[in-house]
Amino acid sequence: MYPKDYRYTKEHEWIKMDGAAGTIGITDYAQNELGDVVFVELPKIGTQLKAGQSLGTVESVKAVSEIFTPVGGEVTETNPALVDAPEKINSDPHGSAWLIKIRLSDPKEAASLMDAPAYEAYVAEKAKEHKA
Amino acid sequence: MRYLPKSPSERQEMLAAIGVQSVEELFESIPEKFRLRSPLSLPGPFSEAEIIQYFQARAAENGKGFTSFLGAGVYPHLRTVVTDALVQRGEFLTSYTPYQAEFAQGTLTAIFEFQTLMAQLTGQEVANASMYDGSTALTEAALMAERLTGRNRMLVARSTHPEYRQVLATYARNLGLAIEELQYTQSGQIDRAALTPQKLADASAVIVQTPNFFGVLEEIPALATAVHDAGALLVAAITEPVSLGIVRPPAEADIVAMEGQAFGVSPSYGGPYVGVIATREKFVRQMPGRLAGQTTDAAGRRGFVLTLATREQHIRREKATSNICTNEALYALVATIHLCLMGKEGLREVASQNLAKARFAQTELEKIPGVRRVFSGPTFNEFTLEFPRSVKMINSALLREKIIGPFALGTHYPELTKRALICVTETMPRSEIERFAAALKKIVDSPGKEPLI
Repeated sequence: MYPKDYRYTKEHEWIKMDGAAGTIGITDYAQNELGDVVFVELPKIGTQLKAGQSLGTVESVKAVSEIFTPVGGEVTETNPALVDAPEKINSDPHGSAWLIKIRLSDPKEAASLMDAPAYEAYVAEKAKEHKA
Repeated sequence: MRYLPKSPSERQEMLAAIGVQSVEELFESIPEKFRLRSPLSLPGPFSEAEIIQYFQARAAENGKGFTSFLGAGVYPHLRTVVTDALVQRGEFLTSYTPYQAEFAQGTLTAIFEFQTLMAQLTGQEVANASMYDGSTALTEAALMAERLTGRNRMLVARSTHPEYRQVLATYARNLGLAIEELQYTQSGQIDRAALTPQKLADASAVIVQTPNFFGVLEEIPALATAVHDAGALLVAAITEPVSLGIVRPPAEADIVAMEGQAFGVSPSYGGPYVGVIATREKFVRQMPGRLAGQTTDAAGRRGFVLTLATREQHIRREKATSNICTNEALYALVATIHLCLMGKEGLREVASQNLAKARFAQTELEKIPGVRRVFSGPTFNEFTLEFPRSVKMINSALLREKIIGPFALGTHYPELTKRALICVTETMPRSEIERFAAALKKIVDSPGKEPLI
């Protein structure tokens, strides 16, 4: 379910690293919790973000949610496909529905994030809390 | 929804449910120094008969038989008894926030119709369920422009309603927005030559009113081109929406902020009024307030709901698009009923009469020696004249003739002393215009001392 080479946050964002560059999106767990996504608001290219800062919002039929960047750096690209087809976030959250690409100020920053098994355990715990 | 006071036993039940002994205990967290320990100084209690007498006496204090030439943001227009009869129906008068679509289809349908009418009138793609009034609608339009452009400096025409500009300044002061004024020319229109690329660089919006506070129409298409070339947005304010019966709508503007009072709401002291905000569809997510949308229910039938509510304050808290969390539903309904009664032809006819009567009044008044037109630009139902004597002196003399005189521009514009804004709508009989002209001629001719403005 969760790609092995990605890193994850407790706020349910993922990052895929490629040298000093990272691609950021939200996880399958997040899209499932949000419900049908109807609108995505992304930052301007060139925006400087610090880790934990809001990079934009994802609006579903239920709520508007802030998305936080797992790492700091400069926004180099935003996903143009999401402008007309935000629902891709529901169908392909880990692939074509990435949100932004970022050039990390500190490429080592991603190392402290959860790997796939740790994130899977984390969401399993969340799911259990939900049921309880 | 019912608003009935709670009985003492119900209060006890509620207190028990939240686990406190008394109302006093409930408010414990409010520090002693902020608490009122003496009874409120209120008169009464009165019996029903005494209350009726009291209000009859207050109502008798109202002036009667006056003819008014005041406009300046609030306009006397014909209203019909149909509007009053319909809006006073309990289903409309007592209903509140229509969150629950299951039992609010009547209110939601009316709001949807209002939005449609406002979008058509303003030449925009989408309008919301209404704002508090024209001034707050304009301020919200300015804030919207800031969010859309990411720029916090805005240029506001000095010919925009002074009170609207004051409301905007109050918001701006605490939000760190910079406001610069744009001057007017001898036409009464905004000084377009001042809209240089340097002046417009980093500006979020240019804000103009049309017809403006001097009654002069602005050239929206030309302004829009200049503003858009600099990457800024054009915000158009309208205080007299009846003008849209005959004037081209500001379709080239990006946001239109309007006061809807002229559509069937009486010019009561202090309101309430009804604000309108309309914009392009692509900006809808940055539009403040609530919006009714059309949808289908499970059985495929047409229905209405509040839409995009995820950006409102009750869901998004401090991150909401705006801190407006209601609308003027009843007055939006008044405007809707009024416009539906008038129809396209009716509105055009009323607007034509406004134009014709105002033009007649202007011609008559300009015949008086020393009275002359101030601005050369085209006007609708208001126009600015210069008088040989102070407006204050003229108005107090007119009042003795039971005429409420024109608005003295010197109060807000030091450079415009002895100039006043005259409003003539379709409600003004020709005989009253002639009586006004005769009275004014007498005042201007008579010798006497006078104050400065």
